[in-house]
Amino acid sequence: MSLLSLNNLHVHFNTPNGVVRAVSGVSLDLAVGETLGLVGESGCGKSTLGKAIMKLVPIAGGEILIDDADIAPLDRKQLIDMRRKVQMIFQDPYGSLNPRSTVGRSVAQPLALAGWKPAAIAERVETLLRWVGLPTDAKQRYPHEFSGGQRQRIGIARALALSPKLIICDEPVSALDVSVRAQVINLLEDLKGQFGVSYLFISHDLSVVEHIADRVAVMYLGMLVETGGRDQIWRNPQHPYTRALLAAAPIANPKIARARQRTVLQGELPSPLDPPAGCPFNSRCPIAQDRCRTDKPVLRPVGGGALAACHFV
Amino acid sequence: MALPLEVHGLSTTLFTRRGEMKAVDGLSLSVGAGETVALVGESGCGKSLSALSIMRLLPDPPARIVGGEIRLNGRDIVPLPEEGMLAIRGKEIGMIFQDPMSSLNPVATVEKQIVEVLLAHTDLGRWQARARAHELLELVGMPDAARRLDEYPHRLSGGMCQRVVIAMAIACSPSVLIADEPTTALDVTVQAQVLALLKKLQADAGMAMVFITHDLGVVAETADRVVVMYAGRKVEEATVDDLFEMPLHPYTAGLIGATPVPGAARAERLADIPGMVPPLNALPQGCAFAPRCPRVMERCRQERPELTRPSQGRLVACFAAERG
Repeated sequence: MSLLSLNNLHVHFNTPNGVVRAVSGVSLDLAVGETLGLVGESGCGKSTLGKAIMKLVPIAGGEILIDDADIAPLDRKQLIDMRRKVQMIFQDPYGSLNPRSTVGRSVAQPLALAGWKPAAIAERVETLLRWVGLPTDAKQRYPHEFSGGQRQRIGIARALALSPKLIICDEPVSALDVSVRAQVINLLEDLKGQFGVSYLFISHDLSVVEHIADRVAVMYLGMLVETGGRDQIWRNPQHPYTRALLAAAPIANPKIARARQRTVLQGELPSPLDPPAGCPFNSRCPIAQDRCRTDKPVLRPVGGGALAACHFV
Repeated sequence: MALPLEVHGLSTTLFTRRGEMKAVDGLSLSVGAGETVALVGESGCGKSLSALSIMRLLPDPPARIVGGEIRLNGRDIVPLPEEGMLAIRGKEIGMIFQDPMSSLNPVATVEKQIVEVLLAHTDLGRWQARARAHELLELVGMPDAARRLDEYPHRLSGGMCQRVVIAMAIACSPSVLIADEPTTALDVTVQAQVLALLKKLQADAGMAMVFITHDLGVVAETADRVVVMYAGRKVEEATVDDLFEMPLHPYTAGLIGATPVPGAARAERLADIPGMVPPLNALPQGCAFAPRCPRVMERCRQERPELTRPSQGRLVACFAAERG
């Protein structure tokens, strides 16, 4: 059963220069206990998609099904139940913690809002801090007293407070140093094993996604261009953009790095204000034909359980 | 003949209200023509301050070079006054920083910024300089170069701004290029373009390049030799193949283990390094890595290991590695 299903989701932003279709007709499923990696370059709409699932941006159309209930039309009050099931952690943990609130209060806040009794809250906060590997005295201290990695642990403790089924991780390790990044990735994996929580793991770092995700979804200019199992995507990418993205990702092994053939993708992302007609990737695609400039491809099965939106795969 | 860049025992100290901190402590480094040496480490290890020291661009106060030599084509530039450095920066030594937007003047056109460098360091007249600016933009692969000359930086993407910065850095064919995290702020496809460009320009001109990065993937793709820094000191140096094949210092091994490699056999867990980099004003006695080290011995907590040469072309500062 799907924990999360998006059906033809649209998010539009009105700007002085026109409408940006940040998310443009995305459909995808995330199963219970699964980690779905969402990758793409800046401006592809991956973070907006994560925020849309939290209802932090206005939805222009489509459905967001969580446990088969559509939350897209709900207002703030009706969302309280959903928020127990879905939580989010962010790239910059310092920016997502109140600097004037102790760590204990920040972690306790979701519990208080959910109507927990003070004694139960105090006990739960201690348990949460232990789970994420912070010392117990952390609860009396303030966010600025902690390092980046520890702050991310605080964010994770808060996200775990109400035992959510799904945590949306928006670039959770991008701001961290290499050694600390590995600590946080390992923590996320341990917590998944312990509590069966699912992750939507949004990242621009393909090696991290390859390590952590069970399935991968690739976005380009607001659209999904390919989804599939991790190994399928890595060994046998179908969409030309996925191939280009993987070819561009640096590999921390000089022998593998030299051995692979590189086709460096030319050009840059088109402006989302003025996306190309037809396939969004046609302006940079090495195999584009006339048809790609007029017909928009739809996701279709390409073997191995993967879906790709390209006329020529 | 002297190498383009030779650094001997460089020490840079931060003089702050909380005391003196040795941000760079006795760093030695040499880079030959056409060679790329990567300077690797986590935040606070001193890699950026090393670069700023070599450029003589340290923010003073609080930072000051307190010892060592920086030989650029054989000449020590540490004692040079700022006027002397003005003639060298941009001419003999070029630089590229992480954030291209803040390296460019927001109120000058692309052409004006490149022309300025050329007029300062060459005999070209204004018209020749403008023609050369156009050539340089073509050389760095700027799309639609002729039109971009009249643009202001805010009209360009991050990748295009970095190309302008690179054009300025190589405008006078410097013998040494310092690149401090030049692709960290860029998207992965644009990063690949910029790395390919830097490699090509370097090969064509035989520049010596110091490439500073925290990303081991970028190191594996670009470097000939690697210098690993921890808490202000060099802890290991090796060719890129030796380093990834058999890291000798436990910190290097930790960094490599903590970096996932797509396509390689999958480990269940990443090998993480416990704890974090110690603050420079509270370095432990003995080896600075000892509190986090899996191979720590009693001796490591008392004495600081010096660099030793376990084999040709390799250096490591570790008692455990010495014992094998």
